[in-house]
Amino acid sequence: MLDSRWYMQRIYLDYNATTPVDPAVLEAMLPYFGGEFGNASSIHTFGQRARAAVETAREQVALLLGARAQEIVFTSGGTESDNHAIFGVVAPLLEAKAPVHMITTAIEHEAVLHTCRALEQRGARVTVLAVSRDGLIDLEELRNEIRPETALLSVMHANNELGTVQPLEEIGRIAEQYHLVFHTDAVQSAGKILVDVEAGRVDLLALSGHKIGAPKGVGAIFVKSGARVRQFLYGGHHQRGFRPGTENVAGIVGLGKAAELARLALHEDALRIASLRDRLERGLLGRVPDSRANGSAAPRTPNTSNVTFAGIEGEALVIALDLRGLACSTGAACSSGALEPSHVLTAIGLRASEARASVRFSLGRRTTVQEIEAALEIVPPAVAQLRQLSPSYRKAGRKLPRTAKPLPVK
Amino acid sequence: MAEQVQFATRPSAEPPVGLVAVAMSGGVDSSTVAALLLEHGRPVVGLTMQLWNQRRLPELQGDGPAQHRCCSLDDVYDAKRVAQHLNFPHYVVNFEEQFEQRVVRPFVDQYLAGRTPIACTNCNTDVKFAPLLRTARQIGAERLATGHYARIRRDRWSGRHQLLRARDDAKDQSYFLWGLTQEQLSRSEFPLGELTKEEVRELARRVNLPVAEKPESMELCFVPNGNYVQFIHAYEQENGRSWHDQEGKITTEDGTVVGRHSGLHHYTVGQRKGLGFTTGKPIYVLAIDPQKNQVIVGEDQALWARQFEIESVNWVSIEEPQTPLRAEVKIRHKHEPAAAVVEALPGLRARVVFDQPQRAITPGQAAAIYRGDVLLAGGWIDRRHNHTV
Repeated sequence: MLDSRWYMQRIYLDYNATTPVDPAVLEAMLPYFGGEFGNASSIHTFGQRARAAVETAREQVALLLGARAQEIVFTSGGTESDNHAIFGVVAPLLEAKAPVHMITTAIEHEAVLHTCRALEQRGARVTVLAVSRDGLIDLEELRNEIRPETALLSVMHANNELGTVQPLEEIGRIAEQYHLVFHTDAVQSAGKILVDVEAGRVDLLALSGHKIGAPKGVGAIFVKSGARVRQFLYGGHHQRGFRPGTENVAGIVGLGKAAELARLALHEDALRIASLRDRLERGLLGRVPDSRANGSAAPRTPNTSNVTFAGIEGEALVIALDLRGLACSTGAACSSGALEPSHVLTAIGLRASEARASVRFSLGRRTTVQEIEAALEIVPPAVAQLRQLSPSYRKAGRKLPRTAKPLPVK
Repeated sequence: MAEQVQFATRPSAEPPVGLVAVAMSGGVDSSTVAALLLEHGRPVVGLTMQLWNQRRLPELQGDGPAQHRCCSLDDVYDAKRVAQHLNFPHYVVNFEEQFEQRVVRPFVDQYLAGRTPIACTNCNTDVKFAPLLRTARQIGAERLATGHYARIRRDRWSGRHQLLRARDDAKDQSYFLWGLTQEQLSRSEFPLGELTKEEVRELARRVNLPVAEKPESMELCFVPNGNYVQFIHAYEQENGRSWHDQEGKITTEDGTVVGRHSGLHHYTVGQRKGLGFTTGKPIYVLAIDPQKNQVIVGEDQALWARQFEIESVNWVSIEEPQTPLRAEVKIRHKHEPAAAVVEALPGLRARVVFDQPQRAITPGQAAAIYRGDVLLAGGWIDRRHNHTV
């Protein structure tokens, strides 16, 4: 067994990968593992109490999104929600032998990109929109790609690697104008910035619990009233048969509580976390030569910073930092797969070597100023050590200062 | 054991002092290396190389499960379990690109050029003790330890790092390590060099390693079922080279055509089976001529030769000698080193003259030059002179 203390004293800057369950969320969930164990579909009192908890959670999630409770369907997480939304719109059209076209972007999460690819193999046409250096789509290009048979537009709200935020309202207006079903993957934005399905004219939206302080394995999909979406799973009559399977009551209660906490603290958290993020980013760029923040010119979620340290392997830096007690990640987090450079970073125009030299720091509600200060002490010497032994950095003829000079941080 | 390991309990700009990286394959040998180092109170970080994507070349996957093969998820999982059991950090690092460039591609090219390559030597020299060692040092480790059966000794007079055979003769792997430079040797450790395989298993059992009883993998790690011909075909096809067997002639030494071959890579010097024809006497492959695309065959006695040259010679344990020296030379993994005179030649070459003729000196294989237990040098057997007696 690993010593838990070892973990307690580490710095966690990988909140975009997952977040700890908020203590208040855990407290709200605990009764539903014990006394309140009922099946939310049962007639008796046990069931009714579970049902009440699920419906409260539905309202809490709806409030976070500016939706109505009946428009929220609970799922197992972001991936299921994205699959459900995209398959749910496109598969019935394919079965009706209609020509189907869909539009998405080059920086979507795999839960969207690979789902689109799967539908492409079944006959759908897919247009993948390029993004600018700052990770934003071009609205004019979007308009130009719309065809008579375009059925679905899937554009992620905030990007997981860069934090860059697409202009949801403007995109939604275009979708409305051309009568496209508009799906957005809001896994990285919900709970961090304002998400308003009404203002964004969103038809379908995916969100995930474990990114906002709820446990893993629970998520939700927003389905606008009247949207034509087919169910994805088949089974009993749970959630009006639209998403069958006995409700994960404790998880759903956790998601509801996390949504409520996020909503109430949204602005305060955003301001505090953004100032910590900026402190980290400015500090790193000031102390590490040949470094650059990616996507920083666009609107961003307050917690995400993606930095390229020229001449290093991001994979090695993540390991080096972990050995020094700091957790962060590369874009292409893949424990066993191929070493493809991040598709997001190459989409914003980074060369493969630059994409591999990039690391993501993502902050959360628990991040402290002390942790950021410690990170600023830890990262620059680790980068310097990597570069000392990096043939590509030396080849590029860059001269390294003997010691990284710390710059004053505002 | 776990409490001896001192890792930073607080985030710190400094990595643990004296950190050693262990190259972990998920097998019993490298796992035991980690256990041994921890027993000596040294902080350890485990690194497992992802070298080959098992999803490539699916046509080579048999019906059986893809276990005990290079980079199968099972092996990564085993390495992780060992690290968890012994309580030290472990990471997977991806070197697929380097492995393909420096090991797989040359392996295939050598076969197609009529040689019989040894991929393990390239992997050691150009992957394990190159990018892996570099990554180890980049993340803050001072040295890299592996599960090789060999020994490193610092020579007090010359200051050189010498490479020695393992104490366990049956397990000795020094033959595969002749390419290491002084810099690489100075950063490497082979903790199993003083142990026998039985002692290693014993130790693994004593600390309850989850892989203590794991069988050894003997095959070339990236070639399923040891069928390298099939692998070469599949690999060439995957790389978009339209595969067609370069058929050619099989001749005797005087040029008489005695048959046809189906591509040079099917053959290796000394091979008897699979020639596709029979004569009264046993017939063997004597040489492979890539220029003429011919396989030359003959009787066993013509396989025996005394002299050959080696190229890309690396003088490991001594400086390049100015005069010929007596040594014992090993010309393949299972060859008993034989007495010879070795003379260094210009251009990183050397000439080897055995006292007694040796059978099937094979281009592409390595020659390792020993004096007693000490590996003096090594190099690749060159095609040009092996066939003259």
